[in-house]
Amino acid sequence: MTAIGWLQIILYCAIIVALTKPLGWYLTRVFNGERTFLSPVLRPIEAGIYWFSGVDEKREQHWLTYTVAMLLFHVGGFLIIYGVMRLQAVLPFNPAGQGAVAEDLSFNTAISFITNTNWQNYGGESTLSYLVQMLGLTHQNFLSAATGIALAVALIRGFSRASTRTVGNFWVDVTRTTLYVLLPICVVYTLFLVSQGIPQTLGDYVEATTLEGAKQTIAVGPVASQVAIKMLGTNGGGFFNANASHPFENPTALSNFVQMLSIFTLGAALTNVFGRMVGNQRQGWAILAVMGVLFGAGVAVTYWAEAGGTSTLHALGLTGGNMEGKEVRFGIVASSLFAVITTAASCGAVNAMHDSFTALGGMIPLINMQLGEIIVGGVGAGLYGMLLFVVLAIFVAGLMVGRTPEYVGKKIEAREVKMAMLAILVLPLMYLGWTAVGVVYPSAVASMANAGPHGFTEVLYAFTSATGNNGSAFAGLTGNTLFYNLTLASAMFVGRFFMIIPAMAIAGSLAAKKSIPPSAGTFPTTGGLFVGLVVGVILIIGGLTFFPALALGPIVEHLAMNAGQIF
Amino acid sequence: MLREIRPAIVLLLVLTAITGVAYPLAMTAIAGAIFPAQAQGSLIERDGKVVGSALIGQQFKDDKYFHGRPSATLAPDRDDSTKTVSAPYNAANSGGSNLGPTSKALADRLKEDVDRLKGENPNAAVPVDLVTTSASGLDPDISPEAAQFQVPRVAKARNVPEDQVKQLVASNTQGRLLGLIGEPRVNVLALNLALDRAAK
Repeated sequence: MTAIGWLQIILYCAIIVALTKPLGWYLTRVFNGERTFLSPVLRPIEAGIYWFSGVDEKREQHWLTYTVAMLLFHVGGFLIIYGVMRLQAVLPFNPAGQGAVAEDLSFNTAISFITNTNWQNYGGESTLSYLVQMLGLTHQNFLSAATGIALAVALIRGFSRASTRTVGNFWVDVTRTTLYVLLPICVVYTLFLVSQGIPQTLGDYVEATTLEGAKQTIAVGPVASQVAIKMLGTNGGGFFNANASHPFENPTALSNFVQMLSIFTLGAALTNVFGRMVGNQRQGWAILAVMGVLFGAGVAVTYWAEAGGTSTLHALGLTGGNMEGKEVRFGIVASSLFAVITTAASCGAVNAMHDSFTALGGMIPLINMQLGEIIVGGVGAGLYGMLLFVVLAIFVAGLMVGRTPEYVGKKIEAREVKMAMLAILVLPLMYLGWTAVGVVYPSAVASMANAGPHGFTEVLYAFTSATGNNGSAFAGLTGNTLFYNLTLASAMFVGRFFMIIPAMAIAGSLAAKKSIPPSAGTFPTTGGLFVGLVVGVILIIGGLTFFPALALGPIVEHLAMNAGQIF
Repeated sequence: MLREIRPAIVLLLVLTAITGVAYPLAMTAIAGAIFPAQAQGSLIERDGKVVGSALIGQQFKDDKYFHGRPSATLAPDRDDSTKTVSAPYNAANSGGSNLGPTSKALADRLKEDVDRLKGENPNAAVPVDLVTTSASGLDPDISPEAAQFQVPRVAKARNVPEDQVKQLVASNTQGRLLGLIGEPRVNVLALNLALDRAAK
């Protein structure tokens, strides 16, 4: 670890915090339907879209209607992706002549993109045509991100409104998020990325003759436009197999730094939106503080572990940290930081291969995902995941003093706590359950790339990543098999929708409640005690659930490594 | 609920057209106009032929060139398309080794490479990036230490003084952005092109 490394980390955090308030202000205006500086250009387009698709923007929806609208939207998205993947051989924009994608891989990828997971069982440049990348994947990068944000806003409205049956209009929220937030940022961001060296072309793959006379086929494509939204929308699905470690997806130290910022900014700003909508920005800052504590701890451990290297490297006299699976332009610190960010958010883009991380360095990304990606989290998904834990923490605090717990003026009662527990328990059921199957089912065992405890971690990581809708991988695992295509798809599906539906149920039930003014007996939810309580609940619930699995994987591997054992 | 079906279809198609067709095509046109070289992949031409991309590493084995990092990229086996074979710096199929910290395969590979490099230059410590594979398998850079390590070999193969090669390494070394962000590095292809130019 170096001082300059820590300075990069501190600079990163400072910029995120500085962006939270102004961006939160802008987002709040967008979600409240107010005018913004982009309205003169975008408002006519927006109104035209509503007219054309038969949306009455003044009509709000009950939480159940809102949820059904969201589900219908996903069904359509699934059909588009599945269709273009199966038909890519006969569709245009296919200069590399890619053939139809297999049924199970198309199914897995379609589920993967509508759930904002972007798990890559496909290798972009070797499997997909430009049309699939644009029409199938880029569009769903936008829409799954917009959906996540819309859902978070609906949940926030549940907290901020009183005695009402509606939580907003899904179609309006998705359209406004896409038009006023994601698209404008992406247009500017794409141009910046191209200036750094990311290709944006529909031309053929380039045939080069290297200095030594060998042939090198260089895959290019409309990369920058997809990378912009893959980061901003915390999607993470790469244009190329190697994702953000590929020099064409992340060419410079600056492009890397900005990509890391773009993973967190919207998610962090949503905490401020929460504060503004419930009438006290400090409520938002308290939530961001909970996230910050967990994030700081994770970065410190991963950076320390990766800078320390492995006993294999030490035995050969190699210093400078664990560079296997890392790029020189990022080095140890930017690779470690990126790994923690991408798993804290549900992004899943990688700029280094997590499979080659040290045991403890790779354990932090795993823990981040197992906690439910609530540290900033996926755009929207992180905030509603965190609010579920807040509901639980408030409930625990209420039990301690024997009062009905309240949060931002709403009584938290049996229904909310049950729904929060349902969402929080479904996740481990998926990743622990499927991992148990994966380590005994013969064809699944054959997919492991590493022997010993590391192989177990590969399987655990895959199902955790899928359930958490993250999409990063211990990529040695051969995921493109019938078993993994189907099981991972089920984990992604359940992980997404069994989190969303309970969260929306809470939104509906909270919106219907009266708002009660704070009294002397109200537990203050803006201070250090609250932050500590929520962190404690997250760690205890998380720790109890997945510590045994971690003990079998990274922890035992770390001990074995220190004892000089290799597999 | 039934009235949600029309927006579910029409709005989806409209937003798909905007984000999946109009946006990427417009960006392709605009980026191609403003940054034509980058948009095409930062290609480098010499004598009218494309020799590679400034951003994509390529394999160097000759003693007179600086070598990049080991690459774990694969290609389909010509004899059996269900299998893959090692194909370093395959820029149509990026990827890393994915070997974990306790992998015997990794330990064996590292030992072999370290022994070979020690034989080549016994006077310096082996830089870690010169024996570890990159995440993409296409890393265009090596650390300044890894370049210095290879100076004696390159100078000998080209029959030029070491100082001259060292100067080229120094002038091809990129520092951190603002002295803070990223890591110091040397672009191997750029350095080798500079070597060839100096030899003319």
